[in-house]
Amino acid sequence: MPDTGTKEAVKQYAIRLGDDALVLGHRLSEWCSYGPFLEEDLALTNVALDFIGRARMFYSYAAELAADGSTEDTYAYTRDCRDFSNLLIHELPRGDFAFSMARQYLVDAYNLAYMESLRQSADNTLAAIAEKAVKESSYHLRRSHDWMLRLGDGTAESHQRLQRAVDELWGYTPELFAMDALEQQLADAGIAVDAAALRPGWEQSVAATLAEATLQKPAGDWEVSGGRRGIHTEALGHMLSELQFMQRAYPGLQW
Amino acid sequence: MTASSRIPLLPAEEHERRRRRANSALQPLWELLDAVKDPEIPVVSLWELGVLQDIALENEEVVVTITPTYSGCPAMRVMAEDVQQALAEAGYPRSRIVNKLAPAWSTSWMSDAAREKLRAYGIAPPGASGAAVHCPRCGSGQVRNISQFGSTACKALYQCGDCAELFDYFKPI
Repeated sequence: MPDTGTKEAVKQYAIRLGDDALVLGHRLSEWCSYGPFLEEDLALTNVALDFIGRARMFYSYAAELAADGSTEDTYAYTRDCRDFSNLLIHELPRGDFAFSMARQYLVDAYNLAYMESLRQSADNTLAAIAEKAVKESSYHLRRSHDWMLRLGDGTAESHQRLQRAVDELWGYTPELFAMDALEQQLADAGIAVDAAALRPGWEQSVAATLAEATLQKPAGDWEVSGGRRGIHTEALGHMLSELQFMQRAYPGLQW
Repeated sequence: MTASSRIPLLPAEEHERRRRRANSALQPLWELLDAVKDPEIPVVSLWELGVLQDIALENEEVVVTITPTYSGCPAMRVMAEDVQQALAEAGYPRSRIVNKLAPAWSTSWMSDAAREKLRAYGIAPPGASGAAVHCPRCGSGQVRNISQFGSTACKALYQCGDCAELFDYFKPI
């Protein structure tokens, strides 16, 4: 049994990964009935479900570690912006289809490498969740990668929209690889992923995809971070007001 | 040709699962739960799907262990409820569902008989990863992928080039 300090750190880590999955899953779910065509609508919402399911597993594990009566819903519905620790890229509004697919590609490429690494975690539950996530993320990546090529190497309009999306997203990607004291401590213990170590591989595969999709790699002359510390864009508050409305208006409501 | 490429090997965890059932002292309960089908694919049972992992009896409480198919599969909750309802109707009012994440669910746990049931129902069964997809109606290999997601997370949408049938393909994972 890990000591209390480690247990608390693992709980925080599980909440972080749960926040990433919930926020992205919600953004994807916003496409429901707005997809460009029926099959794509189904695909977007199915991917959303994978992420919401992933969030449930991470939150449930955090609740189990907390052992204070919290449940997965406590974390999803009763915390405010400053308590959410998701990486900022996940909370950006869905934008147009090119923007959603560009974000999806960038985070899918990251998630696959991340979950492959988390699969080796010394924490058995995190490793088990990652094992499922790897299978799903490899499928997600195949799809979002295809869309990068189709839109980037498509019409002038789709190319221009995708390039703009990549430019707007680029400054949010360095945060994916930032490590703070908590994650470093867990990484040293073989529990958390050393995200910084994933960066060269990610940059290489993303650069190859951008080139194949005839897109320009952005200059990388700006970057934003803060999500892990609870410093968010204004978009998160608007999202939570919708996501949490029922539980805020009717606390403890059950279906 | 090596032996492993000719002989279909059962994954170790699936071998374990089948042995757990064979050696279980609770045969009537296993048989009872054979009646619980996948709510989205009502021709295969939770056992055949590979979701039902174990059944135990603890102080008159039936403990059923299941492995979720996909993280976000909305049918998982219905499956759990259906299991508890089937038990309640058979005189086991106290039951509990335990979710087991590892080893992760795989379509390789599905028996040949279950695959045939899927095909007869109009769903192309999961083959080995990368294996060719065939139309479940006419058997043609002239098929194309319409969408990587079909009616549920576990399926992709295909169309047959010969008989024009649109069909779901159960994705191998």
